[in-house]
Amino acid sequence: MTEHNFEGRDIVSINDFSREELEHVLKTAKSMEALTRKEGHTFLEGYVMAALFFEPSTRTRMSFESSMNKLGGKVINVTDAKVSSAVKGETLYDTIKMVESYSDVIVMRHNKDGAARFAAEATGKPVINAGDGKNQHPTQTMLDMYSIQKTQGKLDGLTIAMVGDLKYGRTVHSLATAMSHYNTKFRFVSPSFLQMPDYSIKELEEKGLDYSLHKDMNEVIKDVDVLYMTRVQKERFSDASEYEKAKDMYILTGNMLEGAKGNMKVMHPLPRVNEIQPSVDQTAYHYYFDQAANGVPIRQALLALTLGVMR
Amino acid sequence: MTESEYTIQKIKNGTVIDHLPYLTHLWLVGKILKFHKLDEPVLIASKLKGENGYKGVIKVENKALTQDEYNKIAIIAPDATVNIIENYRVVDKKKVELPDVLEGIVKCANEGCITNNERWAKSKLNVLDRKPLELKCHYCEHTFGRDNVYIL
Ligand SMILES: [Zn+2]
Repeated sequence: MTEHNFEGRDIVSINDFSREELEHVLKTAKSMEALTRKEGHTFLEGYVMAALFFEPSTRTRMSFESSMNKLGGKVINVTDAKVSSAVKGETLYDTIKMVESYSDVIVMRHNKDGAARFAAEATGKPVINAGDGKNQHPTQTMLDMYSIQKTQGKLDGLTIAMVGDLKYGRTVHSLATAMSHYNTKFRFVSPSFLQMPDYSIKELEEKGLDYSLHKDMNEVIKDVDVLYMTRVQKERFSDASEYEKAKDMYILTGNMLEGAKGNMKVMHPLPRVNEIQPSVDQTAYHYYFDQAANGVPIRQALLALTLGVMR
Repeated sequence: MTESEYTIQKIKNGTVIDHLPYLTHLWLVGKILKFHKLDEPVLIASKLKGENGYKGVIKVENKALTQDEYNKIAIIAPDATVNIIENYRVVDKKKVELPDVLEGIVKCANEGCITNNERWAKSKLNVLDRKPLELKCHYCEHTFGRDNVYIL
């Protein structure tokens, strides 16, 4: 068996992790979920996590804070990071050098692409990327994998549909990369101008994986194990009328799920706008709220692993 | 007199860069080698007939190329050859070669990249492919080709 040592390691990009390493994170997350409240509370006692959010993201920040608190660690919040340093002209490098002296692990969200790798290289403390611009959000991808494994009982041999803005959606690119470690069938559903980028498709082709492109979600619903929905963001469109046309093309309602496989789950990175109608919440297929909750064991696992408290 | 008979005056000591793409890229080589700062003679010839169509040649007196300059020329002219001249003779012949990593040489083509927004940050690009050129930013993971290369 391979020994994994994540101590001091940065969690910057899903591309940095092998299939075995990803599975090790998922396994550790599972053991985190099994901890009792009392057992968990002593794990990270004495450790401090700095939450450095240059861009607001209440969901992600709360999930990390909750993960740290549940394990008995402390959180220092730099909520007004943008105001306090960036605006004054302090470089990211200098901010990281300041924060590293107060914390054992740094969780950072930043609006510039590549900021996470840059921060990770500036400090010896582990940096966990909570989203860097349009680039990466690795803990989201890991919790997506965890959700898939938990609901399907396996990661190999599944059919996954990804729906919505696939061109700019970093979560779908990263999830496609992660699931390409397995024999996954991909169904990409989007308007043609928002389809998966060439480099993602090339990656799947090089691995010889089965994929197909679709415009209509109804073509794939009955065949898939996971229906991964994403938001269509208005700011991606140069033309407002184009947005109005596209936004309603990919709206999932409860009725559309008739005839879907019994094990099928609807996932979404949240927040949703109107792409998943409330009628879906009334079906057994909805999983997005549980999926978000899975962020806690995943982030607990990553905190414990990078701090070297767990192997 | 046919085109192939055109010759450029020999230099005594220095560097001859041969097999350059003949038109648009010549001035870039000038920028890379900082001609405007050189106090030595520079000879430039364009649209000479080479073995594979037209080419450009640049001769610089009393100058040896730095590794950075080799790397930069390799980006815009992957087929270029460099002759080192001593006392009117070619004493060494080199082919430019692109290293696996380019640090501080090419700007990341993604404007949203941290290296284009953080003071003092240095670009770092991994060379994924040489022909055609494909670069991937070490930081933002953006990939781009020769059309989007801006040499620093
Ligand atoms: Zn970049």
